[in-house]
Amino acid sequence: MGLALLMALFVAPEDADQGVSQRIFYIHVPIALTAYYCFGLGAWKALRLLWRGEERYDLESYVAIHQGTIFGALTLITGSIWAKASWGVWWTWDSNQLVLFLTLFLFYCAYFMLRFSLPEGPRRARSSAVYALFGVALIPVSFLAIRLAEDFIHPTTFTREGPQMTGTMFATFCVAWAAVTLLAYVLYRVELAGKRADRDLRELRELLS
Amino acid sequence: MSQGQYVAAAYGVVFVVVLVYVAIIAAKLVRLEREAAELVELARRRAGGNAS
Repeated sequence: MGLALLMALFVAPEDADQGVSQRIFYIHVPIALTAYYCFGLGAWKALRLLWRGEERYDLESYVAIHQGTIFGALTLITGSIWAKASWGVWWTWDSNQLVLFLTLFLFYCAYFMLRFSLPEGPRRARSSAVYALFGVALIPVSFLAIRLAEDFIHPTTFTREGPQMTGTMFATFCVAWAAVTLLAYVLYRVELAGKRADRDLRELRELLS
Repeated sequence: MSQGQYVAAAYGVVFVVVLVYVAIIAAKLVRLEREAAELVELARRRAGGNAS
């Protein structure tokens, strides 16, 4: 993460068009991709829960979606700051990419409302899994919206011709992406371990009482 | 605000959110550690009671 910060803030050359504000790209895009990945992972775990019926996938799906929501919130915040710096506004409803990402984020926020409105057990696990699977359909739509739309408000960096940036910029982006993915993975493992320990301790307390 | 300040704000927000998240997880782990110690003590007392 330190190397990614160093490269993003000091090594990568300044963008000729956007200037110094383009450096937000190195944190905003990896965080957005990680949010997509976490939501996708949550849906994959949900599918496995429905397919195999193993209880452990419920917790894994929940933690992945929780991570995705945190990274989703960070995507919206860093994106808003970048929008203010580049476009002069915090938000615009004219960009399909922004609206679709907000829809995806709010959809997964509602996941927690559904989950915590149901009593703990197999019914809650199955309902949460089905909801998580529905949400995954929004990921490719959100990801491709910018390419399908013709608004040209949100910049397109990765096209069919490859990344539209210099080698150093691309290397910086790759390092930042790897760092954010690693951070998300570590946070996912730690949160999952905590949730499992919490569940085991509750079970043990019930057995001892 | 200058462009540089916006960049600092974006990176700062990420840093603060990750820091708060880690602090919450750390607090939770401390609580779990305390609960585990309580349960170990309870189990020991039970084992001692059964032996006598």
